[in-house]
Amino acid sequence: MSSFDDHELLWLLAGLAALLLTATAVGQVLERLVATPSGGETVDNVNARVRAWWVMSIAFAIAVASGGVGSVVLFALISFLALREFVTLSPTGRVDHAALVWSFFLVTPAQYVLVGVQWYGLFSILIPVYAFLFVTARLVLAGETERFLERAATIQWGLMACVYCISYAPALLLLDIEGYEGENAKLLFFLVIVVQLSDVFQYVWGKLFGRHPIAPAISPNKTWEGFVGGIACAVLLGTSLWWITPFNPWQAALMALAIALMGFVGGLVMSAIKRDRGVKDYGSLIHGHGGVLDRVDSLLFAAPLFFHLTRFFF
Amino acid sequence: MIAALLAAAARAVAGGTVRWASAPSDDRQRVFFANHTSHLDFILIWASLPPHMRKRARPVAARDYWEAGPLRRYLARKVFRAVLIERAAPAERVDRVDRNPGMRGREAIARMVEVLDREDSLIVFPEGTRGSGVEVAEFKSGLYYLWRERPEVELVPVHLENLNRVLPKGEFIPVPMITRVSFGPPLDCAEGEPKEAFLERARQAVQRLGEP
Repeated sequence: MSSFDDHELLWLLAGLAALLLTATAVGQVLERLVATPSGGETVDNVNARVRAWWVMSIAFAIAVASGGVGSVVLFALISFLALREFVTLSPTGRVDHAALVWSFFLVTPAQYVLVGVQWYGLFSILIPVYAFLFVTARLVLAGETERFLERAATIQWGLMACVYCISYAPALLLLDIEGYEGENAKLLFFLVIVVQLSDVFQYVWGKLFGRHPIAPAISPNKTWEGFVGGIACAVLLGTSLWWITPFNPWQAALMALAIALMGFVGGLVMSAIKRDRGVKDYGSLIHGHGGVLDRVDSLLFAAPLFFHLTRFFF
Repeated sequence: MIAALLAAAARAVAGGTVRWASAPSDDRQRVFFANHTSHLDFILIWASLPPHMRKRARPVAARDYWEAGPLRRYLARKVFRAVLIERAAPAERVDRVDRNPGMRGREAIARMVEVLDREDSLIVFPEGTRGSGVEVAEFKSGLYYLWRERPEVELVPVHLENLNRVLPKGEFIPVPMITRVSFGPPLDCAEGEPKEAFLERARQAVQRLGEP
Protein backbone atom coordinates (compact mmCIF):
# COMPACT_ATOMS: atom_id res chain seq x y z
CA MET A 1 0.00 0.00 0.00
CA SER A 2 1.43 3.35 -0.95
CA SER A 3 1.31 5.88 1.82
CA PHE A 4 -0.79 8.16 -0.35
CA ASP A 5 -3.73 5.76 -0.01
CA ASP A 6 -3.68 6.61 3.67
CA HIS A 7 -6.19 9.45 4.01
CA GLU A 8 -5.11 10.29 7.54
CA LEU A 9 -1.59 10.95 6.29
CA LEU A 10 -2.94 13.17 3.53
CA TRP A 11 -4.88 15.16 6.13
CA LEU A 12 -1.73 15.52 8.20
CA LEU A 13 0.28 16.82 5.27
CA ALA A 14 -2.54 19.23 4.39
CA GLY A 15 -2.56 20.41 8.01
CA LEU A 16 1.19 20.93 7.91
CA ALA A 17 0.87 22.99 4.73
CA ALA A 18 -1.90 25.09 6.33
CA LEU A 19 0.30 25.67 9.39
CA LEU A 20 3.20 26.83 7.23
CA LEU A 21 0.95 29.12 5.19
CA THR A 22 -0.33 30.67 8.43
CA ALA A 23 3.21 31.14 9.71
CA THR A 24 4.25 32.77 6.43
CA ALA A 25 1.24 35.11 6.56
CA VAL A 26 1.90 36.05 10.21
CA GLY A 27 5.54 36.71 9.33
CA GLN A 28 4.51 39.05 6.51
CA VAL A 29 2.12 40.96 8.78
CA LEU A 30 4.76 41.27 11.51
CA GLU A 31 7.23 42.61 8.96
CA ARG A 32 4.84 45.50 8.23
CA LEU A 33 3.95 46.17 11.88
CA VAL A 34 7.27 46.00 13.71
CA ALA A 35 9.25 49.22 13.54
CA THR A 36 12.03 48.95 16.15
CA PRO A 37 15.43 47.72 14.88
CA SER A 38 15.78 44.92 17.44
CA GLY A 39 12.20 43.81 16.80
CA GLY A 40 12.87 43.91 13.07
CA GLU A 41 15.86 41.64 13.55
CA THR A 42 13.72 39.12 15.42
CA VAL A 43 11.08 39.25 12.69
CA ASP A 44 13.70 38.76 9.97
CA ASN A 45 15.03 35.75 11.84
CA VAL A 46 11.50 34.35 12.28
CA ASN A 47 10.82 34.75 8.56
CA ALA A 48 14.12 33.08 7.67
CA ARG A 49 13.16 30.23 9.98
CA VAL A 50 9.73 29.90 8.38
CA ARG A 51 11.27 29.73 4.92
CA ALA A 52 13.65 27.01 6.15
CA TRP A 53 10.67 25.20 7.68
CA TRP A 54 9.08 25.02 4.24
CA VAL A 55 12.13 23.29 2.83
CA MET A 56 12.47 20.92 5.80
CA SER A 57 8.76 20.09 5.79
CA ILE A 58 8.74 19.31 2.09
CA ALA A 59 11.78 17.04 2.49
CA PHE A 60 10.13 15.33 5.45
CA ALA A 61 6.78 14.97 3.66
CA ILE A 62 8.44 13.34 0.65
CA ALA A 63 10.37 10.98 2.92
CA VAL A 64 7.35 9.96 4.97
CA ALA A 65 5.10 9.57 1.95
CA SER A 66 7.64 7.41 0.14
CA GLY A 67 7.48 4.91 2.98
CA GLY A 68 10.43 3.14 4.53
CA VAL A 69 13.32 3.81 2.19
CA GLY A 70 12.78 7.56 1.94
CA SER A 71 12.69 7.99 5.71
CA VAL A 72 15.80 5.89 6.26
CA VAL A 73 17.72 7.86 3.62
CA LEU A 74 16.59 11.22 4.97
CA PHE A 75 17.57 10.43 8.55
CA ALA A 76 20.85 8.86 7.44
CA LEU A 77 21.65 12.12 5.71
CA ILE A 78 20.69 14.08 8.83
CA SER A 79 22.97 11.86 10.94
CA PHE A 80 25.83 12.32 8.52
CA LEU A 81 25.53 16.11 8.54
CA ALA A 82 25.02 16.23 12.31
CA LEU A 83 28.10 14.08 12.94
CA ARG A 84 30.06 16.30 10.59
CA GLU A 85 29.08 19.36 12.61
CA PHE A 86 29.84 17.57 15.88
CA VAL A 87 33.28 16.39 14.78
CA THR A 88 34.17 19.85 13.45
CA LEU A 89 33.73 21.22 16.96
CA SER A 90 35.49 18.33 18.66
CA PRO A 91 39.17 18.61 19.52
CA THR A 92 40.13 15.66 17.33
CA GLY A 93 43.45 15.60 15.53
CA ARG A 94 45.43 13.79 12.89
CA VAL A 95 45.81 10.61 14.91
CA ASP A 96 42.03 10.25 15.07
CA HIS A 97 41.64 10.37 11.32
CA ALA A 98 41.16 6.63 10.70
CA ALA A 99 38.72 6.24 13.58
CA LEU A 100 36.70 9.13 12.17
CA VAL A 101 36.73 7.62 8.67
CA TRP A 102 35.30 4.43 10.22
CA SER A 103 32.65 6.40 12.07
CA PHE A 104 31.48 8.26 8.98
CA PHE A 105 31.79 5.61 6.30
CA LEU A 106 31.29 2.28 8.12
CA VAL A 107 29.33 2.81 11.34
CA THR A 108 26.84 5.40 10.11
CA PRO A 109 25.79 3.56 6.92
CA ALA A 110 25.69 0.22 8.79
CA GLN A 111 23.34 1.62 11.42
CA TYR A 112 20.87 2.79 8.78
CA VAL A 113 21.13 -0.40 6.75
CA LEU A 114 20.09 -2.23 9.92
CA VAL A 115 17.09 0.09 10.25
CA GLY A 116 16.30 -0.51 6.59
CA VAL A 117 16.41 -4.30 6.87
CA GLN A 118 14.59 -4.07 10.23
CA TRP A 119 17.14 -6.05 12.22
CA TYR A 120 16.25 -4.70 15.64
CA GLY A 121 18.61 -6.96 17.60
CA LEU A 122 21.77 -5.69 15.98
CA PHE A 123 20.47 -2.16 15.38
CA SER A 124 20.10 -1.58 19.09
CA ILE A 125 23.63 -2.67 20.02
CA LEU A 126 25.75 -1.78 16.98
CA ILE A 127 26.94 1.57 18.29
CA PRO A 128 26.73 1.14 22.09
CA VAL A 129 28.66 -2.14 21.90
CA TYR A 130 30.47 -2.71 18.61
CA ALA A 131 31.35 0.83 17.60
CA PHE A 132 32.45 1.32 21.20
CA LEU A 133 34.82 -1.63 20.91
CA PHE A 134 36.11 -1.33 17.36
CA VAL A 135 36.39 2.43 16.98
CA THR A 136 38.30 2.54 20.26
CA ALA A 137 40.46 -0.32 19.01
CA ARG A 138 41.26 1.62 15.84
CA LEU A 139 42.09 4.64 17.95
CA VAL A 140 44.56 2.75 20.14
CA LEU A 141 46.25 1.31 17.05
CA ALA A 142 47.05 4.87 16.00
CA GLY A 143 49.45 4.80 18.92
CA GLU A 144 48.87 8.17 20.55
CA THR A 145 48.16 8.25 24.29
CA GLU A 146 47.76 11.94 24.84
CA ARG A 147 44.18 12.74 25.94
CA PHE A 148 43.31 9.22 24.81
CA LEU A 149 40.20 8.77 26.91
CA GLU A 150 38.95 12.23 26.00
CA ARG A 151 39.33 11.56 22.29
CA ALA A 152 37.77 8.11 22.44
CA ALA A 153 34.88 9.38 24.54
CA THR A 154 34.24 12.33 22.23
CA ILE A 155 34.02 10.16 19.13
CA GLN A 156 31.79 7.64 20.89
CA TRP A 157 29.55 10.41 22.19
CA GLY A 158 29.23 11.88 18.71
CA LEU A 159 28.20 8.50 17.30
CA MET A 160 25.69 7.91 20.10
CA ALA A 161 24.08 11.33 19.78
CA CYS A 162 24.24 12.02 16.06
CA VAL A 163 23.77 8.52 14.67
CA TYR A 164 22.36 6.10 17.26
CA CYS A 165 19.79 8.42 18.82
CA ILE A 166 18.62 9.95 15.53
CA SER A 167 18.25 6.51 13.95
CA TYR A 168 15.51 5.72 16.48
CA ALA A 169 13.21 8.06 14.56
CA PRO A 170 13.07 6.03 11.30
CA ALA A 171 13.28 2.86 13.42
CA LEU A 172 9.69 3.57 14.44
CA LEU A 173 8.82 2.09 11.04
CA LEU A 174 10.00 -1.37 12.13
CA LEU A 175 7.68 -1.61 15.14
CA ASP A 176 4.93 -4.22 15.00
CA ILE A 177 1.80 -2.78 16.56
CA GLU A 178 -1.38 -4.80 16.50
CA GLY A 179 -4.11 -3.16 14.43
CA TYR A 180 -1.69 -0.47 13.20
CA GLU A 181 0.10 -2.43 10.48
CA GLY A 182 1.39 -0.35 7.61
CA GLU A 183 0.60 2.91 9.38
CA ASN A 184 3.87 3.45 11.28
CA ALA A 185 4.80 6.44 9.12
CA LYS A 186 2.24 8.42 11.09
CA LEU A 187 4.03 7.53 14.32
CA LEU A 188 7.19 9.09 12.91
CA PHE A 189 5.12 12.10 11.90
CA PHE A 190 3.72 12.33 15.44
CA LEU A 191 7.19 12.28 17.02
CA VAL A 192 8.74 14.83 14.68
CA ILE A 193 5.81 17.24 14.69
CA VAL A 194 5.45 17.19 18.50
CA VAL A 195 9.17 17.59 19.16
CA GLN A 196 9.69 20.35 16.60
CA LEU A 197 6.53 22.30 17.42
CA SER A 198 7.37 21.98 21.09
CA ASP A 199 10.57 23.90 20.29
CA VAL A 200 8.55 26.49 18.37
CA PHE A 201 5.98 26.84 21.18
CA GLN A 202 8.74 27.27 23.77
CA TYR A 203 10.39 29.89 21.56
CA VAL A 204 7.15 31.84 21.07
CA TRP A 205 6.11 31.67 24.75
CA GLY A 206 9.63 32.64 25.77
CA LYS A 207 9.72 35.61 23.39
CA LEU A 208 6.29 36.84 24.51
CA PHE A 209 6.31 36.20 28.24
CA GLY A 210 9.79 34.97 29.16
CA ARG A 211 11.12 36.60 32.36
CA HIS A 212 12.84 33.98 34.50
CA PRO A 213 15.72 32.09 32.91
CA ILE A 214 15.76 28.38 33.64
CA ALA A 215 19.48 27.73 33.11
CA PRO A 216 21.18 31.09 32.53
CA ALA A 217 24.63 29.57 32.37
CA ILE A 218 23.67 27.22 29.54
CA SER A 219 21.01 28.88 27.46
CA PRO A 220 19.89 32.40 28.43
CA ASN A 221 16.93 32.24 26.04
CA LYS A 222 15.25 29.33 27.83
CA THR A 223 12.81 30.62 30.45
CA TRP A 224 10.35 29.06 32.87
CA GLU A 225 7.50 30.82 31.06
CA GLY A 226 8.62 29.42 27.73
CA PHE A 227 9.13 25.98 29.23
CA VAL A 228 5.72 25.70 30.90
CA GLY A 229 3.74 27.33 28.08
CA GLY A 230 5.63 25.47 25.37
CA ILE A 231 5.35 22.04 26.97
CA ALA A 232 1.65 22.57 27.71
CA CYS A 233 0.98 23.49 24.08
CA ALA A 234 2.99 20.50 22.88
CA VAL A 235 0.91 18.19 25.09
CA LEU A 236 -2.30 19.74 23.74
CA LEU A 237 -1.03 19.25 20.19
CA GLY A 238 -0.06 15.64 20.88
CA THR A 239 -3.43 14.94 22.47
CA SER A 240 -5.29 16.42 19.53
CA LEU A 241 -3.35 14.11 17.21
CA TRP A 242 -4.30 10.89 19.07
CA TRP A 243 -6.35 9.70 16.08
CA ILE A 244 -3.24 9.17 13.95
CA THR A 245 -1.56 7.01 16.61
CA PRO A 246 -2.29 3.64 18.22
CA PHE A 247 -2.83 5.55 21.51
CA ASN A 248 -6.03 6.80 23.14
CA PRO A 249 -6.14 10.55 23.96
CA TRP A 250 -4.71 10.11 27.49
CA GLN A 251 -1.87 7.97 26.26
CA ALA A 252 -1.18 10.43 23.44
CA ALA A 253 -1.00 13.25 26.00
CA LEU A 254 1.51 11.35 28.15
CA MET A 255 3.59 10.43 25.10
CA ALA A 256 3.64 14.06 23.99
CA LEU A 257 4.68 15.09 27.50
CA ALA A 258 7.54 12.58 27.47
CA ILE A 259 8.63 13.74 24.00
CA ALA A 260 8.51 17.44 24.92
CA LEU A 261 10.40 16.98 28.21
CA MET A 262 13.13 14.88 26.61
CA GLY A 263 13.31 17.36 23.76
CA PHE A 264 13.85 20.17 26.23
CA VAL A 265 16.66 18.29 27.97
CA GLY A 266 18.23 17.41 24.61
CA GLY A 267 18.27 21.07 23.62
CA LEU A 268 19.94 21.98 26.92
CA VAL A 269 22.61 19.28 26.61
CA MET A 270 23.52 20.26 23.08
CA SER A 271 23.66 23.92 24.17
CA ALA A 272 26.01 23.02 27.01
CA ILE A 273 28.37 21.42 24.49
CA LYS A 274 28.24 24.52 22.28
CA ARG A 275 28.99 26.72 25.30
CA ASP A 276 31.92 24.54 26.21
CA ARG A 277 33.32 24.85 22.69
CA GLY A 278 32.62 28.58 22.60
CA VAL A 279 30.23 28.74 19.66
CA LYS A 280 26.64 29.88 19.22
CA ASP A 281 25.55 27.45 16.51
CA TYR A 282 26.79 24.10 15.25
CA GLY A 283 26.78 25.26 11.66
CA SER A 284 25.07 27.50 9.17
CA LEU A 285 23.45 25.05 6.78
CA ILE A 286 19.85 25.89 7.65
CA HIS A 287 19.26 29.61 7.24
CA GLY A 288 17.92 31.22 10.44
CA HIS A 289 18.28 28.03 12.49
CA GLY A 290 22.03 27.43 12.49
CA GLY A 291 23.26 23.94 11.72
CA VAL A 292 21.48 20.62 11.35
CA LEU A 293 22.43 19.72 14.90
CA ASP A 294 20.83 22.92 16.19
CA ARG A 295 17.56 21.82 14.61
CA VAL A 296 17.57 18.16 15.69
CA ASP A 297 19.02 18.58 19.21
CA SER A 298 15.63 17.95 20.81
CA LEU A 299 14.93 14.96 18.58
CA LEU A 300 18.13 13.24 19.78
CA PHE A 301 16.80 12.69 23.27
CA ALA A 302 13.12 12.27 22.44
CA ALA A 303 13.38 9.60 19.72
CA PRO A 304 14.84 6.67 21.72
CA LEU A 305 12.46 7.13 24.66
CA PHE A 306 9.41 7.44 22.40
CA PHE A 307 10.51 4.34 20.49
CA HIS A 308 10.92 2.24 23.61
CA LEU A 309 7.76 3.47 25.33
CA THR A 310 5.83 2.52 22.20
CA ARG A 311 7.64 -0.79 21.83
CA PHE A 312 7.05 -1.89 25.43
CA PHE A 313 3.48 -0.74 25.91
CA PHE A 314 1.87 -1.16 22.48
CA MET B 1 30.52 18.26 -16.23
CA ILE B 2 33.09 16.28 -14.26
CA ALA B 3 34.32 19.60 -12.95
CA ALA B 4 30.86 20.54 -11.69
CA LEU B 5 30.44 17.12 -10.05
CA LEU B 6 33.79 17.39 -8.31
CA ALA B 7 33.00 20.89 -7.11
CA ALA B 8 29.71 19.62 -5.67
CA ALA B 9 31.43 16.65 -4.03
CA ALA B 10 34.11 18.88 -2.52
CA ARG B 11 31.44 21.13 -1.06
CA ALA B 12 29.47 18.16 0.30
CA VAL B 13 32.46 16.72 2.15
CA ALA B 14 34.43 19.79 3.06
CA GLY B 15 32.02 22.63 2.37
CA GLY B 16 31.29 25.28 4.90
CA THR B 17 31.42 28.99 5.09
CA VAL B 18 32.80 31.10 2.29
CA ARG B 19 33.57 34.68 3.26
CA TRP B 20 34.47 37.51 0.93
CA ALA B 21 35.99 40.73 2.24
CA SER B 22 34.73 42.44 -0.90
CA ALA B 23 32.40 40.60 -3.21
CA PRO B 24 33.95 39.95 -6.63
CA SER B 25 31.95 42.21 -8.91
CA ASP B 26 33.81 41.94 -12.19
CA ASP B 27 35.80 39.22 -13.83
CA ARG B 28 39.15 40.87 -13.41
CA GLN B 29 42.16 38.67 -13.54
CA ARG B 30 43.37 37.66 -10.13
CA VAL B 31 46.03 35.64 -8.42
CA PHE B 32 44.57 33.85 -5.40
CA PHE B 33 47.25 32.93 -2.90
CA ALA B 34 46.43 30.69 0.05
CA ASN B 35 47.89 28.70 2.91
CA HIS B 36 48.46 25.07 2.00
CA THR B 37 47.45 22.24 4.33
CA SER B 38 45.95 19.45 2.21
CA HIS B 39 45.54 18.07 -1.29
CA LEU B 40 41.95 19.29 -1.28
CA ASP B 41 42.97 22.93 -0.92
CA PHE B 42 42.77 24.11 -4.47
CA ILE B 43 39.71 22.01 -5.26
CA LEU B 44 37.84 23.75 -2.46
CA ILE B 45 39.05 27.25 -3.37
CA TRP B 46 38.09 26.52 -6.92
CA ALA B 47 34.68 25.14 -5.84
CA SER B 48 34.09 28.22 -3.68
CA LEU B 49 34.53 30.63 -6.58
CA PRO B 50 31.46 31.81 -8.48
CA PRO B 51 31.12 29.70 -11.67
CA HIS B 52 32.22 32.42 -14.09
CA MET B 53 35.45 32.93 -12.13
CA ARG B 54 35.93 29.21 -11.63
CA LYS B 55 36.17 28.61 -15.35
CA ARG B 56 39.16 30.92 -15.57
CA ALA B 57 40.97 30.02 -12.36
CA ARG B 58 43.87 27.64 -12.88
CA PRO B 59 45.74 26.07 -9.98
CA VAL B 60 49.51 26.01 -9.96
CA ALA B 61 50.59 22.56 -8.81
CA ALA B 62 53.63 20.32 -8.59
CA ARG B 63 54.31 18.30 -11.71
CA ASP B 64 55.76 15.28 -9.90
CA TYR B 65 52.56 14.76 -7.89
CA TRP B 66 49.97 15.43 -10.57
CA GLU B 67 51.70 13.49 -13.33
CA ALA B 68 51.97 10.32 -11.26
CA GLY B 69 49.26 7.99 -12.56
CA PRO B 70 46.70 8.38 -15.34
CA LEU B 71 43.82 9.57 -13.11
CA ARG B 72 45.76 12.43 -11.57
CA ARG B 73 47.12 13.38 -14.95
CA TYR B 74 43.64 13.43 -16.44
CA LEU B 75 42.24 15.53 -13.58
CA ALA B 76 45.13 17.96 -13.63
CA ARG B 77 45.14 18.46 -17.38
CA LYS B 78 41.53 18.22 -18.46
CA VAL B 79 39.44 19.05 -15.43
CA PHE B 80 41.38 21.59 -13.41
CA ARG B 81 43.59 22.75 -16.29
CA ALA B 82 46.39 22.93 -13.74
CA VAL B 83 49.58 24.81 -14.50
CA LEU B 84 52.14 22.15 -13.66
CA ILE B 85 55.54 23.31 -12.55
CA GLU B 86 58.70 21.60 -11.36
CA ARG B 87 58.89 21.66 -7.61
CA ALA B 88 62.06 23.12 -6.16
CA ALA B 89 63.82 20.36 -4.26
CA PRO B 90 63.89 20.68 -0.45
CA ALA B 91 66.79 22.82 0.74
CA GLU B 92 68.84 19.95 2.15
CA ARG B 93 68.77 18.13 -1.16
CA VAL B 94 69.55 21.08 -3.36
CA ASP B 95 73.22 20.24 -3.76
CA ARG B 96 72.67 16.65 -4.74
CA VAL B 97 69.57 16.67 -6.86
CA ASP B 98 68.70 20.13 -7.95
CA ARG B 99 71.76 21.71 -9.47
CA ASN B 100 69.95 24.69 -10.75
CA PRO B 101 67.07 25.83 -8.54
CA GLY B 102 67.19 29.41 -9.80
CA MET B 103 66.70 28.24 -13.36
CA ARG B 104 63.69 26.14 -12.40
CA GLY B 105 62.14 29.03 -10.52
CA ARG B 106 62.47 31.29 -13.52
CA GLU B 107 60.89 28.70 -15.76
CA ALA B 108 57.96 28.33 -13.38
CA ILE B 109 57.41 32.08 -13.24
CA ALA B 110 57.56 32.27 -17.02
CA ARG B 111 54.86 29.57 -17.26
CA MET B 112 52.60 31.43 -14.84
CA VAL B 113 53.07 34.75 -16.59
CA GLU B 114 52.20 33.06 -19.86
CA VAL B 115 48.92 31.89 -18.32
CA LEU B 116 48.17 35.39 -17.00
CA ASP B 117 48.75 36.77 -20.46
CA ARG B 118 46.08 34.41 -21.72
CA GLU B 119 43.63 36.23 -19.43
CA ASP B 120 43.30 33.36 -16.94
CA SER B 121 43.49 33.65 -13.15
CA LEU B 122 45.81 31.62 -10.93
CA ILE B 123 45.53 29.80 -7.60
CA VAL B 124 48.92 29.54 -5.92
CA PHE B 125 50.24 28.24 -2.62
CA PRO B 126 53.33 30.32 -1.88
CA GLU B 127 54.36 28.19 1.12
CA GLY B 128 55.42 25.64 -1.47
CA THR B 129 54.46 22.66 0.65
CA ARG B 130 51.67 21.57 2.93
CA GLY B 131 51.91 23.03 6.42
CA SER B 132 50.48 22.10 9.82
CA GLY B 133 47.42 24.27 9.40
CA VAL B 134 48.24 26.42 12.42
CA GLU B 135 50.94 28.87 11.38
CA VAL B 136 51.35 30.06 7.83
CA ALA B 137 54.94 29.29 6.86
CA GLU B 138 57.30 31.68 5.13
CA PHE B 139 56.42 32.36 1.50
CA LYS B 140 58.62 31.36 -1.41
CA SER B 141 59.52 34.24 -3.68
CA GLY B 142 57.41 33.24 -6.71
CA LEU B 143 54.52 35.50 -5.72
CA TYR B 144 56.87 38.49 -5.64
CA TYR B 145 58.25 37.86 -9.11
CA LEU B 146 54.74 37.29 -10.43
CA TRP B 147 53.71 40.69 -9.08
CA ARG B 148 56.81 42.35 -10.53
CA GLU B 149 56.14 40.86 -13.94
CA ARG B 150 52.42 41.67 -14.03
CA PRO B 151 51.70 44.42 -11.45
CA GLU B 152 48.23 45.11 -12.85
CA VAL B 153 46.88 41.70 -11.75
CA GLU B 154 44.99 41.76 -8.44
CA LEU B 155 46.54 39.64 -5.66
CA VAL B 156 43.86 38.15 -3.40
CA PRO B 157 44.82 36.46 -0.11
CA VAL B 158 42.81 33.35 0.80
CA HIS B 159 42.77 31.52 4.11
CA LEU B 160 41.69 27.91 4.45
CA GLU B 161 40.63 26.60 7.81
CA ASN B 162 40.14 22.97 8.87
CA LEU B 163 41.20 21.50 5.52
CA ASN B 164 44.14 19.83 7.25
CA ARG B 165 41.61 18.00 9.43
CA VAL B 166 39.57 16.87 6.43
CA LEU B 167 42.55 15.29 4.73
CA PRO B 168 45.80 15.39 6.71
CA LYS B 169 49.12 14.60 5.13
CA GLY B 170 49.46 10.93 4.31
CA GLU B 171 45.73 10.08 4.41
CA PHE B 172 43.61 9.08 1.43
CA ILE B 173 40.01 9.20 2.58
CA PRO B 174 38.69 12.61 3.63
CA VAL B 175 36.71 13.02 6.83
CA PRO B 176 33.68 15.27 6.37
CA MET B 177 34.25 18.47 8.25
CA ILE B 178 32.95 22.01 8.07
CA THR B 179 35.62 24.29 6.68
CA ARG B 180 36.00 27.98 6.13
CA VAL B 181 37.35 29.67 3.02
CA SER B 182 38.02 33.38 3.55
CA PHE B 183 38.84 35.65 0.63
CA GLY B 184 40.54 38.83 1.80
CA PRO B 185 40.76 42.29 0.26
CA PRO B 186 43.30 42.52 -2.59
CA LEU B 187 46.83 43.25 -1.47
CA ASP B 188 47.90 46.89 -1.72
CA CYS B 189 51.16 46.98 -3.56
CA ALA B 190 53.66 49.80 -3.27
CA GLU B 191 56.02 50.06 -6.19
CA GLY B 192 59.61 49.28 -5.37
CA GLU B 193 58.83 47.37 -2.17
CA PRO B 194 61.72 45.05 -1.31
CA LYS B 195 61.11 41.32 -1.78
CA GLU B 196 61.27 40.25 1.87
CA ALA B 197 58.90 42.97 3.05
CA PHE B 198 56.43 42.18 0.27
CA LEU B 199 56.43 38.45 0.99
CA GLU B 200 56.03 38.97 4.73
CA ARG B 201 53.13 41.35 4.16
CA ALA B 202 51.46 38.82 1.86
CA ARG B 203 51.99 36.06 4.42
CA GLN B 204 50.48 38.17 7.19
CA ALA B 205 47.49 38.99 4.99
CA VAL B 206 46.72 35.26 4.82
CA GLN B 207 47.46 34.67 8.49
CA ARG B 208 45.18 37.53 9.57
CA LEU B 209 42.23 36.09 7.65
CA GLY B 210 42.54 33.00 9.82
CA GLU B 211 42.02 34.92 13.02
CA PRO B 212 38.43 34.86 14.24
